Amino acid sequence: MNWLEFASIIGAAVAVSFGAIGPALAEGRAVAAAMDAIARQPEAANAISRTLFVGLAMIETMAMYCLVIALLLLFANPLLK
Amino acid sequence: MTSPLAAETLFRLGPVPISAQVVSTWVLMAALSLGGFLASRRLRPVPSAFQAFIEMVVETVDAQIRDTMRVEPTPYRAFIGSLFLFIFAANWSSLVPGVEPPTAHLETDAALAFLVFLAVIRFGVRAGGWRGYLKTFATPSPLMIPLNFIESLTRTFSLLVRLFGNVMSGVFVIGIVLSLAGLLVPIPLMALDLLTGAVQAYIFAVLAMVFIAEGLEPPASDKLGKETP
Repeated sequence: MNWLEFASIIGAAVAVSFGAIGPALAEGRAVAAAMDAIARQPEAANAISRTLFVGLAMIETMAMYCLVIALLLLFANPLLK
Repeated sequence: MTSPLAAETLFRLGPVPISAQVVSTWVLMAALSLGGFLASRRLRPVPSAFQAFIEMVVETVDAQIRDTMRVEPTPYRAFIGSLFLFIFAANWSSLVPGVEPPTAHLETDAALAFLVFLAVIRFGVRAGGWRGYLKTFATPSPLMIPLNFIESLTRTFSLLVRLFGNVMSGVFVIGIVLSLAGLLVPIPLMALDLLTGAVQAYIFAVLAMVFIAEGLEPPASDKLGKETP
């Protein structure tokens, strides 16, 4: 195994693992805030949960970017061709 | 292990390679069009069970558009509704054995995100003319023009990456677990995948609504003040 493949695999693992930390913390905070808001104002639950879903999707995209980078490193690495 | 970025060719139509995803997209398109045609052919005041179900779907889409965009849903119902139904059906097509969801491949998602990009321009121009649409780039201040312009491109890209990443990762994880643990073990993961698929279809439709609503002419401030209690 040459160095480039080794570095790609390590890079992919690091990208996914560290890229998941930030969005996980952020999603936790967002859900906690939304729960708090629903507990205070149950009649606004529909609007809050819709906004929550959209916000979660936005946050989640950051993790998805990392996943795509990892996939590019593993399956479409331009340096290995 | 096959790459999730590559598409295997099923057969060739002249010089054009046709992949399995394209075929499943065609089948889905045919099924949805046929279903829509059959559902709307014989509409009655007293609905049958099927018509009542379809009416419920349409009313749900209408309510979502009204809540999210705060406009009358009629011009947007067809686009948003078919976007949602197609992605939903595509994500759940993994229930059929041997079928991989077409949304698990980059090309289908790219096409869908590009459609949203074009729809934002089309609805924006139709609502406010070219002047009104271009003016939305200069809100809240002309300083934001470069940022708004870049945003309109990157949000299309993120729409594409979000749908692709979610659906593809589900399919990929099921493949890995299946190869490691064997039959029947990935069933809970598949159930989770169905939930993710439904949520992603909803999110894609909602984000398309949000983007289209942003492209419409900025509403007068007094109207906004009246609508928020």
